[in-house]
Amino acid sequence: MALPNKPNGEIAAVVNPEIVEHDVDVLIVGGGMAACGTAFEIKKWAPADMKIVLVDKASLERSGAVAQGLSAINTYIGSNPIESYVKMVRNDLMGVVREDLIYDCGRHVDESVKLFEEWGLPIWKLDAEGNNLDGAAPAKSLREGGTPVRTGKWQIMINGESYKCIVAEPAKTALGADNCLERIFIVKMLLDKNKPNQIAGAVGFSTRENAVHVFRCKTALVACGGAVNIFRPRSTGEGKGRAWYPVWNAGSTYTMCAQVGATLTMMENRFTPARFKDGYGPVGAWFLLFKAKVQNGLGEFYANSPAVKDELEKFMPYGASPVTPTCLRNHLMLNELKAGRGPIYMATDVALNAFLDAKKAAGMDEKGVKKYWKHLESEAWEDFLDMSVGQAGLWAGANVEPEKVGSEIMPTEPYMLGSHSGCCGIWTSGPEEDWVPNVANPSRAHKYKWGYNRMTTVDGLFTAGDGVGASGHKFSSGAHAEGRICAKQMVKFCRDNASFKPELKQTAQELADEIYAPVKLYHEHVGASTSSNVNPNFCKPAGIMMRLMKATDEYGGGVATYYMTSGKLLNICLDLLKMLREDAEKMAAGDLHELLRAWENYHRIWCVETHIRHIEFRKESRYPGFYYRSDFPAVDDEHWKCFVNSTFNPETQEWLCEKVECINILSTDPWL
Amino acid sequence: MPSYVDPSKCDGCKGGDKTACMYICPNDLMVLNKEEMKAYNQEPDACWECYSCVKICPQGAIFVRGYDDFVPMGGQVHPMRSAADIMWTVKFRNGNIKRFKFPVRTTSEGAANAYVGTTGGSLDDECLILESALPTPTK
Repeated sequence: MALPNKPNGEIAAVVNPEIVEHDVDVLIVGGGMAACGTAFEIKKWAPADMKIVLVDKASLERSGAVAQGLSAINTYIGSNPIESYVKMVRNDLMGVVREDLIYDCGRHVDESVKLFEEWGLPIWKLDAEGNNLDGAAPAKSLREGGTPVRTGKWQIMINGESYKCIVAEPAKTALGADNCLERIFIVKMLLDKNKPNQIAGAVGFSTRENAVHVFRCKTALVACGGAVNIFRPRSTGEGKGRAWYPVWNAGSTYTMCAQVGATLTMMENRFTPARFKDGYGPVGAWFLLFKAKVQNGLGEFYANSPAVKDELEKFMPYGASPVTPTCLRNHLMLNELKAGRGPIYMATDVALNAFLDAKKAAGMDEKGVKKYWKHLESEAWEDFLDMSVGQAGLWAGANVEPEKVGSEIMPTEPYMLGSHSGCCGIWTSGPEEDWVPNVANPSRAHKYKWGYNRMTTVDGLFTAGDGVGASGHKFSSGAHAEGRICAKQMVKFCRDNASFKPELKQTAQELADEIYAPVKLYHEHVGASTSSNVNPNFCKPAGIMMRLMKATDEYGGGVATYYMTSGKLLNICLDLLKMLREDAEKMAAGDLHELLRAWENYHRIWCVETHIRHIEFRKESRYPGFYYRSDFPAVDDEHWKCFVNSTFNPETQEWLCEKVECINILSTDPWL
Repeated sequence: MPSYVDPSKCDGCKGGDKTACMYICPNDLMVLNKEEMKAYNQEPDACWECYSCVKICPQGAIFVRGYDDFVPMGGQVHPMRSAADIMWTVKFRNGNIKRFKFPVRTTSEGAANAYVGTTGGSLDDECLILESALPTPTK
């Protein structure tokens, strides 16, 4: 047996990779719902000779957050007023959101959903008697006026195992398969040499062959999802792969845009969803479709207790909503756990049996009830099998039958994202409409519009989906719609800047050297130890990720402290991250998979540093249940009902963190 | 719940350029060992159990075994996916078996209309393709 001082992976990395240069007009970085929206839409607006390329670190068919599938589409406006959608999002995210962006998403999103259905996505319908039909049963389409199965006010049920495959197909067809480059991981966006604050390209590498790819472009979309594995997960063995959000989202969107000077917003926001413990299966259908309730360890359905009502009154106007904001629901759950009244159960047994009892009470015979139960059981399991198979696996391994026993739920480790029930991200222009506020401040970091919808504060750099901050609750459909918005705007940007010829600051060789630095380090020092994973001269990506997650968990308000932190702890965290960032320069990669992990970790470290920096700057606890500051434990609307925006200056390498006015477009009285 | 490969079934996709599991894994986990012509999961603790490799494997050689840090042994969830449906078999630790079948797609593969050749109107308004009038918010 050979000594383990060799690359871990199958495709060894060499010191001098091939360099491939590309000249394009439009570069789409990412392959998820948002990027597929852009790919589908853009050719409709672009002149025939416009060169458009999409670069995905995985395969379009199964990349992004929807890779596994989904059991529901969470944003479909239908016959609801868009204004109600905006107010719901505003309240759920504790008041500090960009209403212009949310409204704009709301007015485009249904068209995306109708396209999905037309492309082949099965969407459940209600029949004339009010029974649920699965998405393959004959029924009118949404476009023809068919009635979807609503769970909540905004959610509709789907048979969504192949959701991403279905959305990717027309995206690839529209762009042309030759213009979709897969298994290339873009790791840095690049500014123009001559024009200040203008995007001019990007650089990345192939995970299949030793090649660095350098792109020059006039405009780019960066839509690579949120950030996962930035805090120590509750499962630390094999199960840490069972992240709630896709484990391959490494904060690349935020980091790559921030590094070229794009202003970030609300990076203090995080999402720690309460999910079925360990398997992280979805709870939405259980709450909404099956009307299940949560029960504490004493068997109490605590959510409507007088004590809870008193607690919610501390958080007005947000606590008054009929649907309690997600963070406050977590807050109530944490109060139960901290008081020793855990564990918290989703009473699946009570909920399912209530349906059966209702049918029996209505006179349904035994045979009818049995048939009804088969249907109900199938709906319950499909929820997991469509989008979180691992939860079904956990139930199977633990002999859990949901009609007989409830299952424990638990708030997860923190995640960063901008499209689900979170709103961290990049500060972008809203649409060029009269109703979008005009702000006199000359800085884009304070403005709400500057000519191109969803353009970041960097000229030519766009983002969508998880990338756009202060406008959560887009979900899969809203992310696709937002990608479509960007498509048209990028074509407009190219038209308006027709004479712009991108030129990069660095040579292709300089860029390749930087991208392959972990490989060079590996080859230089691997001989110093009999094992490539323990070496005095370099560290490995796996260890760096653990170090990052330990620091954030213990000092940045992770699960270790029930999400509690303070100014003192946050500054310790920032000191640890500073050293971590320095040591990340010493990450070594012996193979291409490890090089992928090394660059993902660079992105994670940067992104979580902005998170900690923002929480430190905001002297209040805006999202009780997601995080708390012991030194400023209250929601302080008087001083902090504002955005926190931060901008990294790539010239001076300095951060500027500032308060930015939050302007309501919709009436605040009544709040809801 | 990491995926694993049954060596008696895996043929390495006969060494083709696109080993199916390696092609599809969103997290770059599935790799082909060319000497043995067999695939394996190179980083089980980074597996999201998305089942993309299981669903795509032409030999039905890939399965999932529950995460060893919290799932009791003996259960298994396994799909058979066709162009229109997916059939799931859920085997419990106690031997019970449940089967579920769900539709996955209502059109044939390749039939999604990409609206190739359709062009939009003015670049200077906010309407997207297939849209003609957009609402504005009322306070």
